[in-house]
Amino acid sequence: MTPPMTAEERAALIAARPDRTLDLLRQMLRVRRLEERCVELYSASKIRGFLHVYIGEEAVAAGVMSVLGPDDAVVATYREHGHALLRGVPASAIMAEMYGHAEGCCRGRGGSMHLFDAGTRFYGGNAIVAGGLPLAVGLALADKMLGRDRVTACFFGEGAMAEGEFHESLNLAALWDLPVLFCCENNLYAMGTALERSESQTDLALKAAAYEVASWAVDGMDVLAVEEAARRAVDAVRSGGGPHFLEFRTYRFRAHSMFDPERYREKAEVEHWMERDPIASLKVELEASGHLDEAVWASLSREVDAEVDAAVEFAEAGTLEPVAELARFVHSERGTP
Amino acid sequence: MKTTYREAMRAAMRDAMQRDERVFLMGEDVGRYGGGFAVSLGLLEEFGPQRVRDTPLSEAGFVGAGIGAALGGMRPIVEVMTVNFSLLALDQIVNNAATLLHMSGGQFSVPLVIRMTTGGGRQLAAQHSHSLEGWLAHIPGLRVVAPATLEDARGMLWTALEDPDPVLIFEHGSLYNVAGELADEAGPVDIDRAAVRRAGADVSLITYGGTLPTVLAAADALAASGIDAEVLDLRTLRPLDDAAILATVAKTHRAVVVDEGWRSGSLSAEVSARITESAFYDLDAPVGRVCSEEVPVPYAKHLEEAALPSAERVVAAARVAVGEAVGEAVGPRA
Ligand SMILES: Cc1ncc(C[n+]2csc(CCOP(=O)(O)OP(=O)(O)O)c2C)c(N)n1
Ligand SMILES: [Mg+2]
Repeated sequence: MTPPMTAEERAALIAARPDRTLDLLRQMLRVRRLEERCVELYSASKIRGFLHVYIGEEAVAAGVMSVLGPDDAVVATYREHGHALLRGVPASAIMAEMYGHAEGCCRGRGGSMHLFDAGTRFYGGNAIVAGGLPLAVGLALADKMLGRDRVTACFFGEGAMAEGEFHESLNLAALWDLPVLFCCENNLYAMGTALERSESQTDLALKAAAYEVASWAVDGMDVLAVEEAARRAVDAVRSGGGPHFLEFRTYRFRAHSMFDPERYREKAEVEHWMERDPIASLKVELEASGHLDEAVWASLSREVDAEVDAAVEFAEAGTLEPVAELARFVHSERGTP
Repeated sequence: MKTTYREAMRAAMRDAMQRDERVFLMGEDVGRYGGGFAVSLGLLEEFGPQRVRDTPLSEAGFVGAGIGAALGGMRPIVEVMTVNFSLLALDQIVNNAATLLHMSGGQFSVPLVIRMTTGGGRQLAAQHSHSLEGWLAHIPGLRVVAPATLEDARGMLWTALEDPDPVLIFEHGSLYNVAGELADEAGPVDIDRAAVRRAGADVSLITYGGTLPTVLAAADALAASGIDAEVLDLRTLRPLDDAAILATVAKTHRAVVVDEGWRSGSLSAEVSARITESAFYDLDAPVGRVCSEEVPVPYAKHLEEAALPSAERVVAAARVAVGEAVGEAVGPRA
């Protein structure tokens, strides 16, 4: 694990760039509030199908996305609302997609688990555990072959590390020295299966390092640590340092999906992790250091709520893709790509 | 020019790599080894290790990487040594290549070509003799083609590479050594249409890929006994060329579908169903089928021969269709 910053180092870091730190707080809050609303809308039957929220893990996406450039690519999982939002997909397009509306980012064909956006090079939204890793390898291979200095960031849960596709992908990326940043979101559970019940080696960075991939474990509840580790890794990958692997130690506060009765873990464990809520922690820290007061928080909070309200309004006003369009996008329409 | 199916495939790959910088070949042993079936022999020397890329044994990994590279602007040709090994990459083929365009609402197309060897007949036993192209032809979002002639071996690849969506090319292992004349100027061919390989009036024999030579031999044998068979080569298994299928049935009023896949749930079942759906009143006889026996393909030569479609079985089925013989009860024997 990268050594945690000392209190003095943190204070200095925040003092040196209060605006950026405040922005990280804002980004995490955007994800949190959007997803809290998603859960409500699910209960109201506005959103259907599978819904997996990221609540508790926001620091990971917020930190990593903040250091990627516009030409970089992102590959994510079915727990990707936050990744899509922070990559720049408008909340309105995400919400409309979850409503199954034509105005959604995938015209209602993807839903919660399959958000895609060409404009921000957001390649989904993959609901097959580990299924996105080979894609990331290929995107990076194309960049390498075409001499572009772009980075592909690939997010996946620790559950993916038991899949063959994980091993194949790490080996290929290392063997071919490809610009991929592998971001493992270790929230300790794959549905109800705890890490130690699924992995012989629970030190995941060590496991990845077996492929000659530079690997670190990072406190995934601390957005500053995430940002710092991601920045170093992205810089290294971009400058030809080959693939890197970051294990973000995090925790999901909510159920795996809306169907999960959470029989596999103790309330006390959840509560213990909630004390490390990445948003609340950073807020306290910013307040203590005098960079956030009640008024600033209130306006930030209002701003974020307004974005979510507008997204819901947009989705509500959305339209249904005509059934006559059902068979579109099975094959490309002539003239593409 | 005298050539072979293998050489025609190789010429197609060379041509593609010369035409388009974005084209590259990757797969197990495509480079140093020269390809499991020697199709890519010599290409490494010509194009170098970046564009003729040996991969580790990681079917899901490199097929998925091909999808990613296609998304990233390349035009990969991924070679999966044989269709049996593609089972390890089915996740990538079915869950990613076939779906990304649709799931993304039209944003991400996957201009990828996957080539693989298929079929039995070479005493390779149960794990190396599958004809699973019918399975993959079940999947919307994929185009599935089966070159059966030298022209198609030479010409389908470039057209497939120009397709903005994933195309699977199935090369029957028994075809690689087929030799013949190919026009010097042979080039790209369409991958939409079926082709009549032999015109006839009495019965339509509908097939594709590795069984085309078998069926043509059967047609010759039938001609000797006065039955004039038409042979339709499907060429593209998805989407099927319905018009060509219905046209030949409208002409002969009798059809036998020959497919090396197993009969149950097969491509031949699909073709037969389409005929009964759309040309029922054109038919003068039930649609016949010649498929592989419903067993894992055995090793022993006589058993393998008994399991796969043969010219004799095609002749027998055609004779039933034209009413010169009495058919056995419809359905698999087992
Ligand atoms: C290949 C595959 N097998 C099983 C599933 C069903 N499934 C969906 S999510 C999940 C758990 C994945 O856990 P992890 O990778 O740790 O990600 P997390 O949900 O914790 O973010 C499982 C088993 C799946 N989607 N894909
Ligand atoms: Mg997990």
